[in-house]
Amino acid sequence: MMLRRPLFWLILLLAAVFAWLPKHGNNVALREDLILVAVAIILTSNLNLMIGYTGYVNFGHIVFYGLGGYVGLYLMTVRSWHLIPAALTAGVAVSVLALLFGLGILRLRGAYFALATIGVLEAVQAFVSNFESWGRSTGMYVSFESYVPMGGPKHALWLTYFLIIGVMALSLMLSLGIRRSKFGLGLFAIREDEDAAIVLGVNATLYKAIIYSVSAFLPAVAGALMFFKNGMIDPSIAFEYMLSLEGIVMLMLGGQGTVAGSALGAGLYERLRSYLLTSPRLSAFHLVIAGALLLLVIRLAPGGLIGWLYRLVPRSREVIE
Amino acid sequence: MTDLLQVRGISKRFGGLQAVADVSFNLGEGEILGLIGPNGAGKTTLFNLVNGVFKSDAGTITFLGKDITGRSPDQVVHLGLARTHQIVRPLSGMSVLENVIVGACFGRENQSMREARATALEVLERVGLADRANSSARALTLAGKKRLEVARALAARPMLLLLDEVLAGLNPTEIGQMIALILSIRDGGVSVFMIEHVMQAIMNLSDRIVVLNLGRKIAEAPPAEVVKNADVVEAYLGFPDIVDKLRGAQ
Repeated sequence: MMLRRPLFWLILLLAAVFAWLPKHGNNVALREDLILVAVAIILTSNLNLMIGYTGYVNFGHIVFYGLGGYVGLYLMTVRSWHLIPAALTAGVAVSVLALLFGLGILRLRGAYFALATIGVLEAVQAFVSNFESWGRSTGMYVSFESYVPMGGPKHALWLTYFLIIGVMALSLMLSLGIRRSKFGLGLFAIREDEDAAIVLGVNATLYKAIIYSVSAFLPAVAGALMFFKNGMIDPSIAFEYMLSLEGIVMLMLGGQGTVAGSALGAGLYERLRSYLLTSPRLSAFHLVIAGALLLLVIRLAPGGLIGWLYRLVPRSREVIE
Repeated sequence: MTDLLQVRGISKRFGGLQAVADVSFNLGEGEILGLIGPNGAGKTTLFNLVNGVFKSDAGTITFLGKDITGRSPDQVVHLGLARTHQIVRPLSGMSVLENVIVGACFGRENQSMREARATALEVLERVGLADRANSSARALTLAGKKRLEVARALAARPMLLLLDEVLAGLNPTEIGQMIALILSIRDGGVSVFMIEHVMQAIMNLSDRIVVLNLGRKIAEAPPAEVVKNADVVEAYLGFPDIVDKLRGAQ
């Protein structure tokens, strides 16, 4: 089924290009640029499962990424686990935690749910900042020994890069798979009218809790990989509220509810942000520009760039999605 | 006739308002049971109690021999009890076909996407919306949206269908088509429990009628008897002894 979707092959092609480009010329600068794009795509496409598919705005999505980083680094540095099992365990642990949070806060709807997600982010950050085993506010550092089983730092960083590209491809495949499934249809029904969906037979409580938990898994894996690559983690970089908000901007820019839109928005916005942050004149302005961009998108193209394309060329929707 | 649905002593209070009070009735297999009553009598609340949107304060509801009291609406649909809404609730961002596919996918037979698509196309043909299958649900007229409500509920392959004022707001031609549809649904083996204000229609369609007033059941009888019932006439027209006066005038 999936093999017949053009988007499936586009995702594989994207991942292959991402993997090949920097490795080909051993271009580490390009690798560092692309890894940020890949992480942006991972976060945005998983956020899309909540906002775009289910209609629940999650302002605290970054909490999964940060917690994944913490669990992963704890397992690698304190427990001396290898990168891959540590990252997978981080994903599972954070998903289970999200399921528990979800069963609680998903009783809320609309603005109340959105506020509760900010509460979850703040509460987790406050907990981690005071948690002895995770280094409180100073965080944790990756020790040199952690690189040894992977053949030294240089190899370890390339391995991490390829793994993140893999997680990016999986995130997009997951979005595509859910979009075309019965489970996805139930989520869309909840997005359109939750009460009507329940009367039509959709078990909304269960569906919402599952998708909230699923949307936590790959971001948590990515967090473990990315903070390993960075070599350290502390509460302020792990739970950066701005990054959570920017994820929403990326999603709206590209087109919420669509697979291609989440990737496109994340890619474009991440490149723009990197340009602005490194430009000497504009670096202080990047959030102003993000805000203006969000307003323009909502006003002029509520479906985002992809939504605009789909409206212009209706055939493209069937081909791409 | 075996009983499909048995309702025993259900009640619902909202703050100081007793919306439904100690209502009991049976619905037989293959029957069309009408539910009438003045505005605010508690008809829609009674529907909401039967399909689980509200939890009853007391009493029991038995469907197909199973106690469904307190079950959620999605569980009730799986057992074969589907409903429509008085105020139409299309899934606006989806196409007409997708709306009906949702009904089939999450209905009694728990169909796969492929089966649900076939079911949906068949049901849309039946309710006369086949030519609108790919248009947005938002773009339908009120009559179209009412048909969509019926189509989604039918796609669930129910044993019992609750219809909440599917004729309201339709013109005479559309009413005629909807009546024919309801009769064909019953002939297809599905029992119907319907709220309606279009009196001529409900009198002709129903095998029996339950009348509610101020949350209480004041009558349960075949249509011909209901119209002669003094309590019912009083509930609608508001004068005590009006039946005797009308008879005197004849």
